[in-house]
Amino acid sequence: MARDGKRDDLPELPGGSGLSRRDFLRGGAVAGALGGAGLLAGEMLEAAKKNAHAPRIEAGVEVWGPGPVPMRLRVNDKPVDLMLEPRTTLLDALRDELELTGAKRVCDRGTCGACTVLVDGDPVYACSVLAITVQYTPIQTVENLGRPGALGALQTAFVENDAQQCGFCTPGFVMAARALLDHNPNPTLKDIHHGLSGNFCRCGTYAGMRQAVLAAAAAEAADDQKDDKKEKKKDGGEPPKEPKGVAHG
Amino acid sequence: MVDYFWPEAKDRHLIGQRISRLDGPAKASGRAKYTYDLLPQGMLWGKILRCPHAHAKIKSLDVSAAEKMPGVKAVRVIQGPGTEIQWALDEVVGVAATSEALAEEALRAVKVEYEVLPHFVNEANLEKAPKVDAGAEEVVGDPDAAMAAAEVKIKGTYGMPPVAHNCMEAHGQICEWTGPDTLNAWCSTQAVAGLAGQFAEGLGIPAANVHVVTDYMGGGYGSKFSVDRWGIECAKLAKLAGAPVKLMLDRRAEITVAGDRPSAYGEIEVGAKKDGTLVAWSSKSWASGGPGGAGNPPIPYIFQVPNRRHKHSSVPTNRASARAWRAPNHPQGAFLTFSALDDLAAALGMNPLDFFIQNLSITGQLEKVYREELQVADDLMGWRQRWHPRGDSAKGLVKRGLGLSIHTWGGRGHRSNCEVTVHPDGIAEAKIATQDLGTGTRTVIAIVLADSLGLPLDGVKVSLGDSRYPASGGSGGSTTVGGVSSSTRRAAQNLLATLFEKAAPELGVTAKDLEAAEGKIRVKSEPGKSLSWRQALALFGQTPVTATGANPGTGDLTSSGVGGVQMADVSVDVETGVVRVNKMVAVQDCGLIVDLKTAESQVYGGMIMGISAALSEEKVLDPVTGQVLTTDFEAYKMAGIADVGELVVRMMTGPGYDERGVIGVGEPPVVSPGPAMANAVANAIGVRVPFLPLSPRRVLDALEAAGTAVKKETV
Amino acid sequence: MQPFELASPKTREQAVRLRGTDPAQATFLAGGSDLLGLMKDRIETPGRVVYLKGVGGLVGVRSEKTEKSGGRLRIGALTTVDDLSADAALGFEYAAITAAAGRVAGPQIRNVATLGGNLLQRPRCWYFRNGFGLLAQRDGKSMVVDGDNRYHAILGNEGPAYFVQPSTLAPLLIAAGAQVVLFGSQGERWLDLERLYRIPKAEGEREHDLRPGEMLTEVVLPPAAGRKLASYEVRQRQTLDWSLATAAVSLEMDGAKVTRARVILGQVAPVPWVATEAEELLKGKTLDHDLAAKAGEAAVAKAKALSQNKYKIQLARVAVKRALIAAAGLTEEGA
Repeated sequence: MARDGKRDDLPELPGGSGLSRRDFLRGGAVAGALGGAGLLAGEMLEAAKKNAHAPRIEAGVEVWGPGPVPMRLRVNDKPVDLMLEPRTTLLDALRDELELTGAKRVCDRGTCGACTVLVDGDPVYACSVLAITVQYTPIQTVENLGRPGALGALQTAFVENDAQQCGFCTPGFVMAARALLDHNPNPTLKDIHHGLSGNFCRCGTYAGMRQAVLAAAAAEAADDQKDDKKEKKKDGGEPPKEPKGVAHG
Repeated sequence: MVDYFWPEAKDRHLIGQRISRLDGPAKASGRAKYTYDLLPQGMLWGKILRCPHAHAKIKSLDVSAAEKMPGVKAVRVIQGPGTEIQWALDEVVGVAATSEALAEEALRAVKVEYEVLPHFVNEANLEKAPKVDAGAEEVVGDPDAAMAAAEVKIKGTYGMPPVAHNCMEAHGQICEWTGPDTLNAWCSTQAVAGLAGQFAEGLGIPAANVHVVTDYMGGGYGSKFSVDRWGIECAKLAKLAGAPVKLMLDRRAEITVAGDRPSAYGEIEVGAKKDGTLVAWSSKSWASGGPGGAGNPPIPYIFQVPNRRHKHSSVPTNRASARAWRAPNHPQGAFLTFSALDDLAAALGMNPLDFFIQNLSITGQLEKVYREELQVADDLMGWRQRWHPRGDSAKGLVKRGLGLSIHTWGGRGHRSNCEVTVHPDGIAEAKIATQDLGTGTRTVIAIVLADSLGLPLDGVKVSLGDSRYPASGGSGGSTTVGGVSSSTRRAAQNLLATLFEKAAPELGVTAKDLEAAEGKIRVKSEPGKSLSWRQALALFGQTPVTATGANPGTGDLTSSGVGGVQMADVSVDVETGVVRVNKMVAVQDCGLIVDLKTAESQVYGGMIMGISAALSEEKVLDPVTGQVLTTDFEAYKMAGIADVGELVVRMMTGPGYDERGVIGVGEPPVVSPGPAMANAVANAIGVRVPFLPLSPRRVLDALEAAGTAVKKETV
Repeated sequence: MQPFELASPKTREQAVRLRGTDPAQATFLAGGSDLLGLMKDRIETPGRVVYLKGVGGLVGVRSEKTEKSGGRLRIGALTTVDDLSADAALGFEYAAITAAAGRVAGPQIRNVATLGGNLLQRPRCWYFRNGFGLLAQRDGKSMVVDGDNRYHAILGNEGPAYFVQPSTLAPLLIAAGAQVVLFGSQGERWLDLERLYRIPKAEGEREHDLRPGEMLTEVVLPPAAGRKLASYEVRQRQTLDWSLATAAVSLEMDGAKVTRARVILGQVAPVPWVATEAEELLKGKTLDHDLAAKAGEAAVAKAKALSQNKYKIQLARVAVKRALIAAAGLTEEGA
């Protein structure tokens, strides 16, 4: 598939990225080997050397797992190498392996929106996507839009319009709103309702959210006018849509 | 002796302003770490095996296979053979394992045999209840004679099903033992200070050895005051495994066992004079909130009809026990009362606004507040211009109508202690063992502290969510803002007293001549004569200066009793029964407002939660299995952003309101949407939809019962 | 989730070989928005997952000239619902279908959910989803009949199946005359979409007629050729909600007179329900509000309410009426 060609652009396995070296597994190496959250970086290196996780071939196709297999994700513009079982969801990989806990686990059934991240620029429920199927595809989480002290325009609008209370649904709404504005920089109230119709809030912050998205759209339009000579770039901006990447094609 | 007071309006620089919550950036950027997000070193995953039956006896239980699984570090029988389970998904066995998947595998390896017993879960029909705990009848005046004499009266049956809290962050905690009897617990809780004692009691260890931390928590709404059995079991699993254990409920359990607002049903008769004056009330109500039944909603609500009779029955059911749900009992009392009163107003041929005003004299101490608020709401909704008698006579299948409700709540500040320390760098830090549920507690404390000390917001720091700080009440009943504002103000004033005492000789005046303003300690009459905070602190040497404040105490910094009015504008498709909210207006008072922005957010939030419950929420209990069937966001229908209509909030502030001190506002706005919307539906379609939620099923059933459903002749 | 192995074939032949014929052993994964939940709840427990998104030629809409006028549309089963909703060729021919695709769930689902997945998703019946089986029987008795059946079937509900087929797109596609292309170990076969669905008679039977190991590769739509297509969904919430009753209609008209009508109901029966009575009634008559209402009546003439879903009969009746009014371009009643 289309993403295959991009593999060469990335550092070789096992990863040159800092993230893959992190002590991302917290229960000891045993957990990864037995139950499956992942393997320690050192162990992964050994495994890669021994080719212990090489796939079987059937019908001319690689068959991976069910134990941990090497995966490369592209999260927030960085390649990340992980050893995960095929059954690991993108959400669990982000939260429990990479400690990117902005995406929340609420329903874990694709019905609440709190785990929304952007895959190839489109909002998806990270709980309902297998990590193995989104390798080499740009994944963007709320952490990439800004941080306290350097918030993106949309996040600033959420703060200023008090579009959050307990805040547990907020990152999901921010990502859904980001995708909406990326595809439609000047949304009407109806567009906002449609774009945020896959997310729920329990504290009741919808009034602030409407204002926040409208305010962010206005702020970003003003920014664009200022920077109209430069290439248009916003937080969350992604390359144009292409067919999705695929696992081990 | 310090005289505690809130500053005059002219002296408030931050209090009452519109200030963004201080933890907003951390939340909007995904950096705020909630209990569910933490991964302490060496953490294990805890899971609970739950009984699928609503009523059953455990016959036998075998955990040996689970115990032998590699990676399974602890297995605990929570309820063993012989135990009688009273609701579906009650806890049976707990495990801790090196991965979540392994913990699930371990639960699957546990063998349990149950003797299934008969269950009862649907209390709407009182006659089917196997057990009813009838309360005493309350009688005031002579309801029989008054009813007989009433010139206009109506009779009706109304009701609302149980709803779930459905907090976005599930209930749960991470427990870590730091010694044989010392425990760290990160908890998603509304009661940081109180939870330490609950852990201690459940575990048999000194309360002083329990350290509870809640930096951020993802919603509680009244459901997170208890350590709960899963909290104690989490600690016990951690001890057995010798490692920290995280145990968060899954969504199915969260909706089934960790939150429930009791149902309420009532048969009501109410009578008035022709001019609309209420004279007689007679009602019986029943409700359930699990095996213990349910409390008694205030009926009649607010309007103390001079001659009245009421009897409440509590119905035990096999569903997990009720928890306080935002403004406990008030939504039920308001819905039953105002549905009946609205029907009476219709029978009288009166505009409900006139009818409410006509009877305001029996609403008690808030009469004046309601009167003013009704006027404001009328203006914001255009009620008098737009109201029509029951049944929208306009052409078309979509009918539009208006509805009205009022509400009240206490909201006096709870017991709270605050310690304020001014560090040598001049930063003032408040420490309180309170918690910010998303209500803005952090921000409110910072505002009070900064304004009291004459510092900018970035000159103060708020430390909360830690049981080692000075104790403060649980965040329930809208008691937090009054409590922490008061304790913080008192601590700040005490601190100033100490500073002024020391600074006065330096400036050649007495302490009472000094004020703290614009980042300085200065002489009131000669503002140029001043000490910077650093200079003032230098007078104390190297040691930071600390003072404490406690609520309650002398002076009225908080009080009780707020009133609110809400009006609803809805459209109803009479062929499909689909109800849409066009607009809601909320007018609310809460005494002295500390942060206008987050106070308004509380009203928006309460109103939206109330709209959601009225429009589409229902915790559906299966008559066959006794299980809850609505266990995700698809089946448990919360309102989304497109469903809540245009929202208008107006806070009542200024003279007449501010003098009452700081009063909480989390509960009251959730009370009125149900009755306001149901009354608007009746106004639109001309027929009372007596049962919530206002679903197509309920609306069409009501239209059919009234014989007015739009039907076409069959071919 | 039970552990599984995963393979990502590039051709449909590979996919079918990897899948085998035992549904307990292996399953196809497309968007996953339904399957992952089913696997988490252990309603599906495959040992192998055959991921289809790498299979070539199954994405997109292409126009195909036939000998007759116009071109038929071949839609890859792996086309996402979001892409469907934005497809110009499909929208030109069948605007009602792109519009309906844009109303499916929320953006996050539409971005991953596929056309094939939408057609083959499992029922939402809460007994099924809570692990009581597709027919939800206990001791030989239906739990649905005695239980809470407010969202269950009002047609085709003689038992033992009482669930409703949930696809938003199926009724419209059937009304439009869609065929599906199926591919299995014995090669390719074509089937009218309405023949794909069946009402299971015993637990273990599926709600569709796919042969073991067969995959759905394409949906083929004939040219619209002047037919008027419309659907009406009754939804309680405007946010992420299922329709309570849907009607899709297709009309061939001669002036104001209906020469042929298709009336398909969704969310009311274990299969997309062909309302033959309504189709017959419409034929040869002039479509006005009155006839639309009569067709609604006819569509539910044989409907039978369970204990708590009588209101759905009214909803189906109204949905048919309103879909017909929309298809014929009549103004709303009373407007």
